[in-house]
Amino acid sequence: MSNTVNKKRKMSKADIAFYTFNSIFMTVFVIVTLYPVLNTLAISFNDGLDALRGGIYLLPRKFSVKNYITVFKKDDLLVGAYISVARTVVGTALSLIACAILAFIVSRKNFLFAKHLSLFWVVTMYVNGGMIPVFLLYKGLHLTNSFWVYVIPGMVSAFNMLVIRTYMNGIPNSFEESAQLDGAGYTTIFLNIISPLCKPVYATVALFVAVYQWNSWFDVMLYNRMSDKLTTLQYELMKLLASVTSQSTSAQSMKNSTSSITPTSIRAAASIVTMLPIICIYPFLQQYFVSGLTLGGVKE
Amino acid sequence: MAQQNKKTLLGMPKDEFIKQVKRQWVLIVWSLFFFAYGILFCYAPLIGWLMGFQQYKPKDGILHSKWIGLAKFQALFSDATYIRVIRNTLAMGVINLVATTIMAILFAILLNEIKGMRKKKVVQTISYLPHFLSWIIVTGILHDALSGAGIVNELLTKFHLVSQPINFFAHEKYFWPIVAFANVWKETGWNAIIYLAAITAIDPALYEAAAIDGAGRWDKIRYVTIPGIKSTIIILLIMNVGNVLNAGFEIQYLLGNGLVQKVSQTIDIYVLKWGISQMDYSLGTAAGIFKSAVSIVLILICNEVAKRHGEERLF
Repeated sequence: MSNTVNKKRKMSKADIAFYTFNSIFMTVFVIVTLYPVLNTLAISFNDGLDALRGGIYLLPRKFSVKNYITVFKKDDLLVGAYISVARTVVGTALSLIACAILAFIVSRKNFLFAKHLSLFWVVTMYVNGGMIPVFLLYKGLHLTNSFWVYVIPGMVSAFNMLVIRTYMNGIPNSFEESAQLDGAGYTTIFLNIISPLCKPVYATVALFVAVYQWNSWFDVMLYNRMSDKLTTLQYELMKLLASVTSQSTSAQSMKNSTSSITPTSIRAAASIVTMLPIICIYPFLQQYFVSGLTLGGVKE
Repeated sequence: MAQQNKKTLLGMPKDEFIKQVKRQWVLIVWSLFFFAYGILFCYAPLIGWLMGFQQYKPKDGILHSKWIGLAKFQALFSDATYIRVIRNTLAMGVINLVATTIMAILFAILLNEIKGMRKKKVVQTISYLPHFLSWIIVTGILHDALSGAGIVNELLTKFHLVSQPINFFAHEKYFWPIVAFANVWKETGWNAIIYLAAITAIDPALYEAAAIDGAGRWDKIRYVTIPGIKSTIIILLIMNVGNVLNAGFEIQYLLGNGLVQKVSQTIDIYVLKWGISQMDYSLGTAAGIFKSAVSIVLILICNEVAKRHGEERLF
């Protein structure tokens, strides 16, 4: 703002038009992005039956926390929450460790097989067996109807490995050499020298994996549909969505029921519960994923 | 050189090679682990492609199932539904790619022009939000917004653009645009990250020079910013073209319904329906093989195009 005087003098009509357009664009952008989320929030805190009348925008009309109470009392949602947290924690830890070790190996400049192993993994980014062979493989390995199907098969991601590798390539070789002179082995170099320097990129990859794990639902449907104990929040949410869509025609019958809870209001509450962890965390990790994406984009 | 005839491994004399192996045994053991893991989870499924050429029966396995050559592929391509799902997948993939790319570039350029760091930061933080939501949540939101009593219909009727609410999910003509809009809504902020990084890397002296020449904001964008990020745009486009066929599953599966299935079903949904639900593993595999083959060809073409134009290649 300090140099506006200077700028104002130079601003032509076209420039004023530009900045006006830009402000309008950004305002619309922010509204379109935020409104649906805030609207869901308002509906989640509104009485279910009352919400069916429509006309709720940013604030609840008839405040109620019943939707949330119902959500937290639903057994399958609780199981889903538990499994979602478990797969996110275990999956992120395993994947980060695996990708870090792999990236460490292929970024050692004098390692004999660095190029071969690297290519071996880059190929997997472009070629894969497809849904049916993978499904039959997991079945054959007894990974279906098991928690491990969530965390073991996707443990190594070539893309995440490349992000970490690019970062490790930027660390001067002298760190490794001087440690080797002191008699340090590769395990020590990885744990005590390289990894502490890689904290930012580890945070990036951890975020990528955690978001992927938290938001996954297709693997639940495909591999663990038969076991209620392995359901996740997202999958339960999908079932709620399906029930809302099929029942929207019978909204009339809903209005006559005595319960003040409707599938729509429950889904809104469950959606908020599902979004909340990520919404709370991501603003603080911005610098990490921004740099991580930029690193991944300029892979060598 | 006399040594040239001596035995060499990986381009070094044998004794030197053995010395290196001894020194690097930790790395080699880990490599073996990652090699075995990759063979099991990434390469072994490729063997499953053989099923596409068999009348695969689970009890016989790949080894003893009957070979039927290309019969499954012939069945696929004489199925009008399969032709249609290929069209749908390609069309939505291309529309999404074009729409998200244009919006991301536009957003990145305009965001860069916002005066005041704090305003910029706030808009940017908000712009990432939808990327972190699952497709389940996004499609739920879309259902709410586009339903008969939803905000979109309310606005349309209020401004007298339509006389009565439109049932967006019941008409084929709305499906592709809805999918494209959902992708734009979800990924614009996220995709803009790389373009923004590219814009920041442009030499400020170029803008100053342009200003001296009397360039306004529009001119600076046209003659400095856009040429400055051109190579980034090309690289990202090329990288994403190979993925065009992969972009069609979650949202189509979640938003599709009986009324619009002619335009909503994609190759992956077809595979899911025939392969998993109907247990015709061979047909599902064949449909998947075709998708992979097209993807690989697309990637190779793009890589070649990038090379011709002197751009950075993928591999």
